[in-house]
Amino acid sequence: MRRAAAARGAVIVVAAALAPLVVWNPYQLHTLIMAGIFAVLALSLNLLLGYTGQLSLGHAAFFGIGAYASALLSVKLEWSPWLGMLAAIVVPGLAGWGIGRLALKLRGAYFVLLTISFAGVISLVSVNWMDLTNGPLGIPGVPALAIALPGLPELSLRTKGAFYYLVLAAVVLAYLVCRRIIASRIGRALVALRENETLAESVGIDGTFYLVLAAAISAAMAGAAGGLYAHYTRFVSPEVFLFTYTVTMVIMVVAGGKGTLAGPVVGAVIFTVLPEALRALTSWQWQMLLYGILLIATLFFMPNGIVPALAARVARR
Amino acid sequence: MSVPSGADQGLDVGDLAMRFGGVAALAGVSFSVRAGGVTSLIGPNGAGKTTAFNIITGFQAPTAGRVAYAGRAITGWRPCRIAALGLVRTFQKTSVFPALSVLENVLTGLHLRGAVGIGAALLRRRRVAEEERRLRGEALGVLEFVGLAARRDESASDLSYGEQRLVELAIGLAARPRLLLLDEPASGMTPAEKAATAALVRRICESGVTVLLVEHDMRMVMGISDRVLVLNHGRLIADGTPAEVQRDPDVIRAYLGTSHAAA
Repeated sequence: MRRAAAARGAVIVVAAALAPLVVWNPYQLHTLIMAGIFAVLALSLNLLLGYTGQLSLGHAAFFGIGAYASALLSVKLEWSPWLGMLAAIVVPGLAGWGIGRLALKLRGAYFVLLTISFAGVISLVSVNWMDLTNGPLGIPGVPALAIALPGLPELSLRTKGAFYYLVLAAVVLAYLVCRRIIASRIGRALVALRENETLAESVGIDGTFYLVLAAAISAAMAGAAGGLYAHYTRFVSPEVFLFTYTVTMVIMVVAGGKGTLAGPVVGAVIFTVLPEALRALTSWQWQMLLYGILLIATLFFMPNGIVPALAARVARR
Repeated sequence: MSVPSGADQGLDVGDLAMRFGGVAALAGVSFSVRAGGVTSLIGPNGAGKTTAFNIITGFQAPTAGRVAYAGRAITGWRPCRIAALGLVRTFQKTSVFPALSVLENVLTGLHLRGAVGIGAALLRRRRVAEEERRLRGEALGVLEFVGLAARRDESASDLSYGEQRLVELAIGLAARPRLLLLDEPASGMTPAEKAATAALVRRICESGVTVLLVEHDMRMVMGISDRVLVLNHGRLIADGTPAEVQRDPDVIRAYLGTSHAAA
Protein backbone atom coordinates (compact mmCIF):
# COMPACT_ATOMS: atom_id res chain seq x y z
CA MET A 1 0.00 0.00 0.00
CA ARG A 2 2.87 2.31 0.84
CA ARG A 3 4.40 1.54 -2.56
CA ALA A 4 1.11 2.33 -4.28
CA ALA A 5 0.97 5.67 -2.48
CA ALA A 6 4.56 6.43 -3.50
CA ALA A 7 3.76 5.54 -7.12
CA ARG A 8 0.69 7.75 -7.05
CA GLY A 9 2.76 10.59 -5.61
CA ALA A 10 5.40 10.16 -8.33
CA VAL A 11 2.74 10.29 -11.05
CA ILE A 12 1.32 13.50 -9.61
CA VAL A 13 4.76 15.12 -9.36
CA VAL A 14 5.65 14.12 -12.94
CA ALA A 15 2.31 15.45 -14.18
CA ALA A 16 2.94 18.71 -12.33
CA ALA A 17 6.45 18.87 -13.81
CA LEU A 18 5.02 18.49 -17.31
CA ALA A 19 2.33 21.13 -16.75
CA PRO A 20 4.39 23.99 -18.29
CA LEU A 21 4.29 22.11 -21.62
CA VAL A 22 0.55 22.64 -21.69
CA VAL A 23 0.23 25.79 -19.65
CA TRP A 24 2.74 28.02 -21.36
CA ASN A 25 1.13 31.41 -21.24
CA PRO A 26 2.66 33.59 -18.50
CA TYR A 27 -0.63 34.42 -16.83
CA GLN A 28 -1.59 30.78 -16.37
CA LEU A 29 1.93 29.91 -15.29
CA HIS A 30 1.74 32.70 -12.73
CA THR A 31 -1.47 31.17 -11.39
CA LEU A 32 0.24 27.80 -11.02
CA ILE A 33 3.22 29.34 -9.23
CA MET A 34 0.89 31.09 -6.78
CA ALA A 35 -0.96 27.80 -6.30
CA GLY A 36 2.37 26.23 -5.35
CA ILE A 37 3.26 28.99 -2.92
CA PHE A 38 -0.17 28.69 -1.35
CA ALA A 39 0.23 24.91 -1.19
CA VAL A 40 3.31 25.39 1.01
CA LEU A 41 1.36 27.88 3.15
CA ALA A 42 -1.65 25.57 3.46
CA LEU A 43 0.58 22.62 4.37
CA SER A 44 2.17 24.76 7.06
CA LEU A 45 -1.16 25.93 8.49
CA ASN A 46 -2.48 22.38 8.40
CA LEU A 47 0.30 21.22 10.69
CA LEU A 48 -1.18 23.41 13.41
CA LEU A 49 -4.88 23.54 12.52
CA GLY A 50 -5.26 20.04 11.13
CA TYR A 51 -3.05 18.08 13.50
CA THR A 52 -2.78 19.95 16.81
CA GLY A 53 -6.24 21.50 16.36
CA GLN A 54 -5.03 25.05 17.09
CA LEU A 55 -6.11 27.73 14.62
CA SER A 56 -3.51 30.36 13.79
CA LEU A 57 -5.21 33.39 12.29
CA GLY A 58 -1.91 35.18 12.09
CA HIS A 59 -0.22 32.93 9.61
CA ALA A 60 0.25 35.71 7.07
CA ALA A 61 2.67 37.22 9.62
CA PHE A 62 5.09 34.29 9.24
CA PHE A 63 4.70 34.48 5.46
CA GLY A 64 5.43 38.20 5.57
CA ILE A 65 8.36 37.90 7.98
CA GLY A 66 9.89 35.35 5.62
CA ALA A 67 9.38 37.64 2.64
CA TYR A 68 10.86 40.67 4.43
CA ALA A 69 13.75 38.70 5.94
CA SER A 70 14.95 37.46 2.59
CA ALA A 71 14.25 40.73 0.77
CA LEU A 72 16.00 42.93 3.35
CA LEU A 73 19.06 40.72 3.63
CA SER A 74 19.53 40.36 -0.10
CA VAL A 75 18.77 44.03 -0.94
CA LYS A 76 20.24 45.98 1.99
CA LEU A 77 23.10 43.70 3.00
CA GLU A 78 23.48 42.18 -0.45
CA TRP A 79 23.52 38.64 0.90
CA SER A 80 23.15 35.79 -1.53
CA PRO A 81 19.43 35.29 -2.16
CA TRP A 82 19.86 31.68 -1.05
CA LEU A 83 21.12 32.84 2.34
CA GLY A 84 18.11 35.14 2.33
CA MET A 85 15.90 32.11 1.73
CA LEU A 86 17.57 30.38 4.67
CA ALA A 87 16.78 33.42 6.83
CA ALA A 88 13.21 33.28 5.51
CA ILE A 89 12.97 29.87 7.16
CA VAL A 90 14.94 30.52 10.35
CA VAL A 91 13.57 33.94 11.37
CA PRO A 92 9.83 33.06 11.10
CA GLY A 93 10.64 29.71 12.73
CA LEU A 94 12.02 31.56 15.74
CA ALA A 95 8.97 33.84 15.75
CA GLY A 96 6.71 30.77 15.68
CA TRP A 97 8.69 29.28 18.54
CA GLY A 98 8.18 32.50 20.50
CA ILE A 99 4.46 32.55 19.80
CA GLY A 100 4.23 28.93 20.87
CA ARG A 101 6.05 29.72 24.13
CA LEU A 102 3.76 32.69 24.78
CA ALA A 103 0.75 30.53 24.11
CA LEU A 104 1.89 28.00 26.78
CA LYS A 105 -1.48 27.35 28.33
CA LEU A 106 -3.54 29.25 25.76
CA ARG A 107 -5.71 27.06 23.60
CA GLY A 108 -8.69 27.49 21.32
CA ALA A 109 -10.05 31.02 21.09
CA TYR A 110 -7.17 32.46 23.15
CA PHE A 111 -4.63 31.03 20.74
CA VAL A 112 -6.58 32.48 17.81
CA LEU A 113 -6.59 35.93 19.45
CA LEU A 114 -2.88 35.76 20.26
CA THR A 115 -1.99 34.94 16.66
CA ILE A 116 -4.25 37.67 15.27
CA SER A 117 -2.69 40.24 17.60
CA PHE A 118 0.80 39.10 16.66
CA ALA A 119 0.04 39.51 12.96
CA GLY A 120 -1.47 42.95 13.62
CA VAL A 121 1.63 44.13 15.47
CA ILE A 122 4.03 42.81 12.84
CA SER A 123 1.99 44.42 10.08
CA LEU A 124 2.11 47.80 11.84
CA VAL A 125 5.85 47.48 12.29
CA SER A 126 6.27 46.88 8.57
CA VAL A 127 4.30 50.04 7.77
CA ASN A 128 5.84 52.32 10.36
CA TRP A 129 9.49 51.33 10.68
CA MET A 130 10.37 53.41 7.66
CA ASP A 131 14.17 53.17 8.08
CA LEU A 132 14.12 49.44 7.86
CA THR A 133 11.18 48.56 5.64
CA ASN A 134 10.55 51.68 3.55
CA GLY A 135 7.04 51.62 5.00
CA PRO A 136 4.16 51.36 2.54
CA LEU A 137 6.53 51.97 -0.39
CA GLY A 138 7.97 48.54 0.11
CA ILE A 139 11.27 47.10 -1.05
CA PRO A 140 11.75 46.96 -4.80
CA GLY A 141 14.58 45.25 -6.63
CA VAL A 142 14.66 42.00 -4.70
CA PRO A 143 17.17 39.89 -6.66
CA ALA A 144 16.09 36.80 -8.50
CA LEU A 145 17.32 33.42 -7.39
CA ALA A 146 19.88 31.66 -9.57
CA ILE A 147 21.48 28.26 -9.46
CA ALA A 148 25.24 28.43 -9.95
CA LEU A 149 26.97 25.08 -10.01
CA PRO A 150 30.74 24.94 -10.55
CA GLY A 151 31.60 24.20 -14.18
CA LEU A 152 28.12 24.96 -15.44
CA PRO A 153 26.66 28.23 -16.69
CA GLU A 154 24.55 30.03 -14.11
CA LEU A 155 20.90 29.08 -14.32
CA SER A 156 18.70 32.04 -13.50
CA LEU A 157 15.29 31.42 -11.99
CA ARG A 158 14.17 34.79 -13.26
CA THR A 159 11.66 33.35 -15.72
CA LYS A 160 8.30 32.01 -14.64
CA GLY A 161 9.03 28.71 -16.37
CA ALA A 162 12.16 28.16 -14.28
CA PHE A 163 10.68 29.48 -11.06
CA TYR A 164 7.77 27.11 -11.40
CA TYR A 165 10.12 24.17 -10.85
CA LEU A 166 11.62 25.73 -7.75
CA VAL A 167 8.12 26.17 -6.31
CA LEU A 168 7.23 22.62 -7.28
CA ALA A 169 10.32 21.37 -5.44
CA ALA A 170 9.33 23.45 -2.40
CA VAL A 171 5.83 21.93 -2.38
CA VAL A 172 7.24 18.41 -2.57
CA LEU A 173 9.70 19.18 0.22
CA ALA A 174 7.03 20.73 2.45
CA TYR A 175 4.76 17.76 1.82
CA LEU A 176 7.53 15.30 2.72
CA VAL A 177 8.37 17.21 5.91
CA CYS A 178 4.72 17.03 6.97
CA ARG A 179 4.42 13.39 6.01
CA ARG A 180 7.51 12.33 7.92
CA ILE A 181 6.44 14.20 11.03
CA ILE A 182 2.97 12.70 10.89
CA ALA A 183 4.29 9.17 10.32
CA SER A 184 6.36 9.28 13.53
CA ARG A 185 5.51 9.38 17.21
CA ILE A 186 5.67 13.18 16.96
CA GLY A 187 2.67 13.15 14.64
CA ARG A 188 0.78 10.93 17.05
CA ALA A 189 1.61 13.32 19.87
CA LEU A 190 0.23 16.26 17.86
CA VAL A 191 -3.00 14.41 17.12
CA ALA A 192 -3.26 13.37 20.76
CA LEU A 193 -3.17 17.05 21.75
CA ARG A 194 -6.05 17.71 19.35
CA GLU A 195 -8.11 14.74 20.51
CA ASN A 196 -7.63 14.81 24.28
CA GLU A 197 -4.83 16.87 25.77
CA THR A 198 -5.47 15.76 29.36
CA LEU A 199 -5.16 12.11 28.44
CA ALA A 200 -2.10 12.88 26.31
CA GLU A 201 -0.37 14.51 29.29
CA SER A 202 -1.28 11.57 31.51
CA VAL A 203 0.74 9.18 29.36
CA GLY A 204 3.75 11.46 29.27
CA ILE A 205 3.18 13.60 26.17
CA ASP A 206 4.54 17.07 26.85
CA GLY A 207 1.76 19.23 25.39
CA THR A 208 3.64 22.49 25.57
CA PHE A 209 6.75 21.07 23.94
CA TYR A 210 4.89 19.58 21.00
CA LEU A 211 2.70 22.63 20.46
CA VAL A 212 5.78 24.87 20.41
CA LEU A 213 7.52 22.46 18.04
CA ALA A 214 4.53 22.41 15.69
CA ALA A 215 4.24 26.21 15.78
CA ALA A 216 7.95 26.65 15.00
CA ILE A 217 7.96 24.21 12.09
CA SER A 218 4.70 25.59 10.74
CA ALA A 219 6.01 29.15 10.92
CA ALA A 220 9.29 28.16 9.27
CA MET A 221 7.39 26.59 6.36
CA ALA A 222 5.16 29.65 5.97
CA GLY A 223 8.31 31.79 6.02
CA ALA A 224 9.86 29.72 3.25
CA ALA A 225 6.77 30.41 1.15
CA GLY A 226 7.25 34.11 1.93
CA GLY A 227 10.87 33.96 0.78
CA LEU A 228 9.82 32.31 -2.46
CA TYR A 229 7.18 34.97 -2.97
CA ALA A 230 9.68 37.79 -2.41
CA HIS A 231 12.16 36.43 -4.95
CA TYR A 232 9.37 35.67 -7.38
CA THR A 233 7.59 39.04 -7.43
CA ARG A 234 10.94 40.80 -6.71
CA PHE A 235 9.03 43.29 -4.57
CA VAL A 236 7.88 43.19 -0.96
CA SER A 237 5.43 45.57 0.68
CA PRO A 238 3.21 45.47 3.80
CA GLU A 239 0.59 43.83 1.60
CA VAL A 240 2.21 40.48 2.40
CA PHE A 241 0.62 40.77 5.84
CA LEU A 242 -2.92 41.07 4.49
CA PHE A 243 -5.47 39.19 6.54
CA THR A 244 -6.89 37.91 3.25
CA TYR A 245 -3.84 35.68 2.85
CA THR A 246 -4.55 34.01 6.18
CA VAL A 247 -8.23 33.58 5.34
CA THR A 248 -7.29 32.06 1.99
CA MET A 249 -4.98 29.59 3.74
CA VAL A 250 -7.75 28.60 6.15
CA ILE A 251 -10.18 28.08 3.25
CA MET A 252 -7.65 25.90 1.45
CA VAL A 253 -6.96 23.76 4.50
CA VAL A 254 -10.58 23.37 5.61
CA ALA A 255 -12.08 22.85 2.16
CA GLY A 256 -9.22 20.60 1.04
CA GLY A 257 -9.39 18.48 4.18
CA LYS A 258 -7.73 19.48 7.41
CA GLY A 259 -5.74 16.82 9.18
CA THR A 260 -4.93 15.09 5.89
CA LEU A 261 -1.64 15.40 4.04
CA ALA A 262 -3.06 15.84 0.53
CA GLY A 263 -5.96 18.10 1.56
CA PRO A 264 -4.05 21.39 1.81
CA VAL A 265 -2.33 20.85 -1.56
CA VAL A 266 -5.60 20.00 -3.30
CA GLY A 267 -7.29 22.94 -1.58
CA ALA A 268 -4.48 25.30 -2.59
CA VAL A 269 -4.62 24.32 -6.26
CA ILE A 270 -8.42 24.47 -6.47
CA PHE A 271 -8.84 27.72 -4.60
CA THR A 272 -6.04 29.47 -6.48
CA VAL A 273 -7.17 28.35 -9.91
CA LEU A 274 -10.91 28.74 -9.24
CA PRO A 275 -11.03 32.54 -8.88
CA GLU A 276 -8.92 32.91 -12.03
CA ALA A 277 -11.11 30.49 -13.95
CA LEU A 278 -14.22 32.34 -12.81
CA ARG A 279 -12.62 35.61 -13.85
CA ALA A 280 -12.15 34.19 -17.34
CA LEU A 281 -15.67 32.80 -17.50
CA THR A 282 -17.71 35.62 -16.03
CA SER A 283 -17.65 39.31 -15.26
CA TRP A 284 -16.00 40.59 -12.08
CA GLN A 285 -19.38 41.11 -10.39
CA TRP A 286 -20.10 37.42 -10.67
CA GLN A 287 -16.61 36.19 -9.94
CA MET A 288 -16.54 36.59 -6.16
CA LEU A 289 -20.22 35.72 -5.80
CA LEU A 290 -19.76 32.41 -7.60
CA TYR A 291 -16.56 31.77 -5.64
CA GLY A 292 -18.51 32.20 -2.41
CA ILE A 293 -21.34 29.98 -3.56
CA LEU A 294 -18.96 27.24 -4.67
CA LEU A 295 -17.09 27.43 -1.37
CA ILE A 296 -20.28 27.14 0.66
CA ALA A 297 -21.47 24.24 -1.49
CA THR A 298 -18.13 22.46 -1.01
CA LEU A 299 -18.33 22.79 2.76
CA PHE A 300 -22.01 21.85 2.81
CA PHE A 301 -21.64 18.66 0.81
CA MET A 302 -18.13 17.78 1.99
CA PRO A 303 -17.92 19.09 5.56
CA ASN A 304 -14.67 17.20 6.22
CA GLY A 305 -13.12 18.53 3.04
CA ILE A 306 -12.60 17.41 -0.52
CA VAL A 307 -9.87 14.83 0.06
CA PRO A 308 -11.62 12.89 2.88
CA ALA A 309 -14.86 12.94 0.85
CA LEU A 310 -13.12 11.51 -2.21
CA ALA A 311 -11.24 8.97 -0.09
CA ALA A 312 -14.51 7.79 1.44
CA ARG A 313 -16.04 7.47 -2.01
CA VAL A 314 -13.12 5.38 -3.27
CA ALA A 315 -13.25 3.20 -0.14
CA ARG A 316 -16.97 2.56 -0.61
CA ARG A 317 -16.45 1.12 -4.07
CA MET B 1 17.46 6.66 35.99
CA SER B 2 18.52 4.72 39.06
CA VAL B 3 15.78 3.18 41.14
CA PRO B 4 16.29 3.99 44.81
CA SER B 5 16.04 0.98 47.06
CA GLY B 6 14.31 0.23 50.35
CA ALA B 7 12.10 2.81 51.97
CA ASP B 8 12.50 5.29 49.13
CA GLN B 9 10.60 3.14 46.70
CA GLY B 10 6.92 3.72 46.17
CA LEU B 11 4.55 6.57 46.72
CA ASP B 12 4.56 8.79 49.79
CA VAL B 13 1.80 11.29 50.39
CA GLY B 14 2.30 13.64 53.33
CA ASP B 15 -0.26 15.94 54.98
CA LEU B 16 -2.02 16.54 51.70
CA ALA B 17 -4.61 19.31 51.92
CA MET B 18 -6.82 20.76 49.24
CA ARG B 19 -9.32 23.54 49.83
CA PHE B 20 -11.82 24.81 47.28
CA GLY B 21 -13.03 28.07 48.78
CA GLY B 22 -14.30 27.10 52.23
CA VAL B 23 -14.59 23.40 51.42
CA ALA B 24 -11.76 21.10 52.37
CA ALA B 25 -11.69 18.27 49.85
CA LEU B 26 -8.60 16.93 51.58
CA ALA B 27 -7.75 17.91 55.15
CA GLY B 28 -4.28 16.52 55.80
CA VAL B 29 -4.00 13.04 54.36
CA SER B 30 -0.87 10.92 54.68
CA PHE B 31 -0.27 7.45 53.35
CA SER B 32 2.35 5.41 51.54
CA VAL B 33 2.04 2.79 48.86
CA ARG B 34 4.98 0.40 48.56
CA ALA B 35 5.76 -1.52 45.40
CA GLY B 36 3.55 -4.52 44.74
CA GLY B 37 -0.07 -5.41 45.37
CA VAL B 38 -3.42 -3.74 44.86
CA THR B 39 -4.24 -0.91 47.25
CA SER B 40 -7.74 0.53 47.13
CA LEU B 41 -8.72 4.02 48.12
CA ILE B 42 -12.40 4.07 49.04
CA GLY B 43 -14.82 6.40 50.71
CA PRO B 44 -18.26 7.92 50.25
CA ASN B 45 -18.87 10.41 47.43
CA GLY B 46 -17.01 13.64 48.05
CA ALA B 47 -14.46 11.99 50.32
CA GLY B 48 -11.59 13.38 48.24
CA LYS B 49 -10.46 10.29 46.35
CA THR B 50 -10.34 11.80 42.88
CA THR B 51 -8.81 15.00 44.28
CA ALA B 52 -6.04 12.88 45.78
CA PHE B 53 -5.48 11.22 42.40
CA ASN B 54 -5.40 14.57 40.63
CA ILE B 55 -2.78 15.91 43.02
CA ILE B 56 -0.63 12.79 42.97
CA THR B 57 -0.52 12.80 39.16
CA GLY B 58 0.04 16.54 38.85
CA PHE B 59 -3.33 17.59 37.44
CA GLN B 60 -4.01 19.80 40.47
CA ALA B 61 -1.65 21.60 42.82
CA PRO B 62 -2.39 20.95 46.52
CA THR B 63 -3.09 23.75 48.98
CA ALA B 64 -0.55 22.12 51.29
CA GLY B 65 1.34 18.87 51.60
CA ARG B 66 3.88 16.77 49.74
CA VAL B 67 3.90 13.96 47.23
CA ALA B 68 7.02 11.87 46.67
CA TYR B 69 7.54 8.99 44.32
CA ALA B 70 10.60 6.75 44.06
CA GLY B 71 12.39 9.08 46.46
CA ARG B 72 11.72 12.23 44.46
CA ALA B 73 9.56 15.11 45.61
CA ILE B 74 7.09 15.45 42.74
CA THR B 75 4.66 17.99 44.21
CA GLY B 76 3.79 20.52 41.52
CA TRP B 77 5.43 18.57 38.69
CA ARG B 78 3.61 18.55 35.37
CA PRO B 79 1.61 15.41 34.59
CA CYS B 80 3.79 14.40 31.65
CA ARG B 81 6.91 14.47 33.84
CA ILE B 82 5.22 12.41 36.53
CA ALA B 83 4.11 9.89 33.92
CA ALA B 84 7.71 9.62 32.75
CA LEU B 85 8.63 8.50 36.30
CA GLY B 86 6.24 5.57 35.93
CA LEU B 87 3.27 7.02 37.78
CA VAL B 88 0.32 6.79 35.39
CA ARG B 89 -3.39 7.29 35.97
CA THR B 90 -6.72 6.69 34.27
CA PHE B 91 -9.75 8.91 34.56
CA GLN B 92 -13.12 8.58 36.26
CA LYS B 93 -14.95 9.77 33.17
CA THR B 94 -14.16 7.73 30.09
CA SER B 95 -11.18 9.28 28.42
CA VAL B 96 -9.93 7.96 25.10
CA PHE B 97 -8.83 9.50 21.79
CA PRO B 98 -12.27 9.11 20.20
CA ALA B 99 -11.46 9.69 16.53
CA LEU B 100 -8.50 7.31 16.51
CA SER B 101 -8.55 3.56 16.04
CA VAL B 102 -8.12 1.35 19.08
CA LEU B 103 -4.59 0.49 17.94
CA GLU B 104 -3.70 4.17 17.46
CA ASN B 105 -5.04 4.90 20.93
CA VAL B 106 -2.60 2.41 22.40
CA LEU B 107 0.24 3.56 20.13
CA THR B 108 -0.31 7.06 21.50
CA GLY B 109 -0.07 5.65 25.00
CA LEU B 110 3.31 4.20 24.03
CA HIS B 111 4.74 7.68 23.44
CA LEU B 112 7.39 7.36 26.14
CA ARG B 113 8.53 4.01 24.71
CA GLY B 114 9.60 5.74 21.52
CA ALA B 115 12.68 7.90 21.14
CA VAL B 116 12.39 9.49 17.69
CA GLY B 117 12.88 13.26 17.85
CA ILE B 118 12.26 15.81 15.13
CA GLY B 119 15.68 15.31 13.53
CA ALA B 120 15.26 11.57 13.24
CA ALA B 121 11.66 11.95 12.06
CA LEU B 122 12.78 14.14 9.17
CA LEU B 123 16.06 12.51 8.18
CA ARG B 124 16.22 8.94 9.39
CA ARG B 125 13.39 7.11 7.73
CA ARG B 126 14.69 3.65 8.53
CA ARG B 127 14.98 4.39 12.23
CA VAL B 128 11.42 5.71 12.31
CA ALA B 129 10.17 2.62 10.45
CA GLU B 130 11.96 0.33 12.92
CA GLU B 131 10.54 2.18 15.88
CA GLU B 132 7.04 2.14 14.42
CA ARG B 133 7.30 -1.62 13.87
CA ARG B 134 8.47 -2.17 17.44
CA LEU B 135 5.78 0.09 18.94
CA ARG B 136 3.11 -1.63 16.85
CA GLY B 137 4.20 -4.98 18.23
CA GLU B 138 4.08 -3.64 21.78
CA ALA B 139 0.66 -2.09 21.18
CA LEU B 140 -0.72 -5.39 19.89
CA GLY B 141 0.70 -7.07 22.98
CA VAL B 142 -1.14 -4.65 25.24
CA LEU B 143 -4.36 -5.15 23.28
CA GLU B 144 -4.02 -8.94 23.61
CA PHE B 145 -3.53 -8.46 27.34
CA VAL B 146 -6.77 -6.51 27.83
CA GLY B 147 -8.67 -8.60 25.27
CA LEU B 148 -9.27 -5.98 22.60
CA ALA B 149 -6.98 -7.30 19.87
CA ALA B 150 -9.92 -8.15 17.62
CA ARG B 151 -11.21 -4.59 17.75
CA ARG B 152 -7.90 -2.91 16.96
CA ASP B 153 -8.91 -1.25 13.70
CA GLU B 154 -12.22 0.12 14.94
CA SER B 155 -12.60 3.73 15.91
CA ALA B 156 -12.55 4.05 19.71
CA SER B 157 -15.80 6.03 19.64
CA ASP B 158 -17.57 3.06 17.98
CA LEU B 159 -16.90 0.76 20.91
CA SER B 160 -19.33 0.03 23.72
CA TYR B 161 -18.91 1.92 26.97
CA GLY B 162 -17.31 -1.03 28.72
CA GLU B 163 -14.89 -1.57 25.85
CA GLN B 164 -13.94 2.10 25.84
CA ARG B 165 -13.00 1.74 29.48
CA LEU B 166 -10.74 -1.14 28.47
CA VAL B 167 -9.18 1.04 25.77
CA GLU B 168 -8.46 3.59 28.46
CA LEU B 169 -6.86 0.92 30.61
CA ALA B 170 -4.81 -0.22 27.63
CA ILE B 171 -3.59 3.36 27.02
CA GLY B 172 -2.51 3.58 30.65
CA LEU B 173 -0.75 0.21 30.50
CA ALA B 174 0.97 1.19 27.27
CA ALA B 175 2.71 4.00 29.17
CA ARG B 176 4.50 1.22 31.11
CA PRO B 177 3.57 2.37 34.61
CA ARG B 178 5.29 1.11 37.73
CA LEU B 179 2.40 2.44 39.76
CA LEU B 180 -0.96 2.60 38.00
CA LEU B 181 -3.73 4.73 39.48
CA LEU B 182 -7.15 3.55 38.35
CA ASP B 183 -10.07 5.89 38.94
CA GLU B 184 -13.26 3.80 39.00
CA PRO B 185 -12.27 1.55 36.09
CA ALA B 186 -15.45 -0.50 36.37
CA SER B 187 -18.03 2.24 36.82
CA GLY B 188 -20.92 1.91 34.41
CA MET B 189 -19.95 -1.63 33.45
CA THR B 190 -22.24 -4.63 33.41
CA PRO B 191 -21.67 -7.20 36.20
CA ALA B 192 -19.93 -9.52 33.74
CA GLU B 193 -17.66 -6.73 32.53
CA LYS B 194 -16.92 -5.79 36.14
CA ALA B 195 -15.84 -9.31 36.96
CA ALA B 196 -13.59 -9.36 33.92
CA THR B 197 -12.11 -5.99 34.88
CA ALA B 198 -11.47 -7.18 38.44
CA ALA B 199 -9.60 -10.18 37.07
CA LEU B 200 -7.71 -7.89 34.71
CA VAL B 201 -6.63 -5.61 37.57
CA ARG B 202 -5.29 -8.66 39.40
CA ARG B 203 -3.38 -9.73 36.29
CA ILE B 204 -1.96 -6.22 35.91
CA CYS B 205 -0.74 -6.46 39.49
CA GLU B 206 0.75 -9.91 38.91
CA SER B 207 2.61 -8.56 35.87
CA GLY B 208 4.59 -6.39 38.29
CA VAL B 209 2.62 -3.14 38.23
CA THR B 210 1.57 -1.74 41.59
CA VAL B 211 -2.07 -0.69 41.51
CA LEU B 212 -3.80 2.08 43.44
CA LEU B 213 -7.51 1.77 42.84
CA VAL B 214 -10.44 4.07 43.46
CA GLU B 215 -13.66 2.10 43.17
CA HIS B 216 -17.21 2.22 44.47
CA ASP B 217 -18.07 -1.41 43.89
CA MET B 218 -17.32 -2.92 47.31
CA ARG B 219 -17.46 -6.49 46.09
CA MET B 220 -14.73 -5.71 43.57
CA VAL B 221 -12.65 -3.75 46.10
CA MET B 222 -12.84 -6.40 48.82
CA GLY B 223 -12.22 -9.16 46.29
CA ILE B 224 -9.02 -7.90 44.72
CA SER B 225 -7.36 -5.57 47.22
CA ASP B 226 -4.41 -6.44 49.40
CA ARG B 227 -4.93 -3.29 51.38
CA VAL B 228 -7.73 -0.74 51.70
CA LEU B 229 -7.48 2.94 52.62
CA VAL B 230 -10.68 4.68 53.63
CA LEU B 231 -11.20 8.42 53.18
CA ASN B 232 -14.07 10.35 54.67
CA HIS B 233 -14.53 14.11 54.57
CA GLY B 234 -10.97 14.55 53.38
CA ARG B 235 -9.43 12.49 56.18
CA LEU B 236 -8.00 9.00 56.29
CA ILE B 237 -10.14 7.04 58.73
CA ALA B 238 -8.93 3.49 58.18
CA ASP B 239 -6.00 1.59 56.68
CA GLY B 240 -5.80 -2.18 56.66
CA THR B 241 -6.68 -5.45 54.97
CA PRO B 242 -10.16 -5.76 53.47
CA ALA B 243 -11.27 -7.84 56.47
CA GLU B 244 -9.96 -5.31 58.99
CA VAL B 245 -11.52 -2.38 57.22
CA GLN B 246 -14.92 -4.05 56.95
CA ARG B 247 -14.97 -4.51 60.75
CA ASP B 248 -13.84 -0.97 61.51
CA PRO B 249 -16.58 0.95 63.38
CA ASP B 250 -15.51 4.31 61.84
CA VAL B 251 -15.83 2.87 58.35
CA ILE B 252 -19.23 1.39 59.07
CA ARG B 253 -20.39 4.73 60.42
CA ALA B 254 -19.02 6.61 57.37
CA TYR B 255 -20.81 4.31 54.94
CA LEU B 256 -24.09 3.73 56.77
CA GLY B 257 -24.08 7.23 58.15
CA THR B 258 -25.37 8.76 61.35
CA SER B 259 -27.82 11.63 61.11
CA HIS B 260 -25.09 14.24 60.40
CA ALA B 261 -22.34 12.24 58.75
CA ALA B 262 -23.69 11.92 55.22
CA ALA B 263 -21.15 13.11 52.67
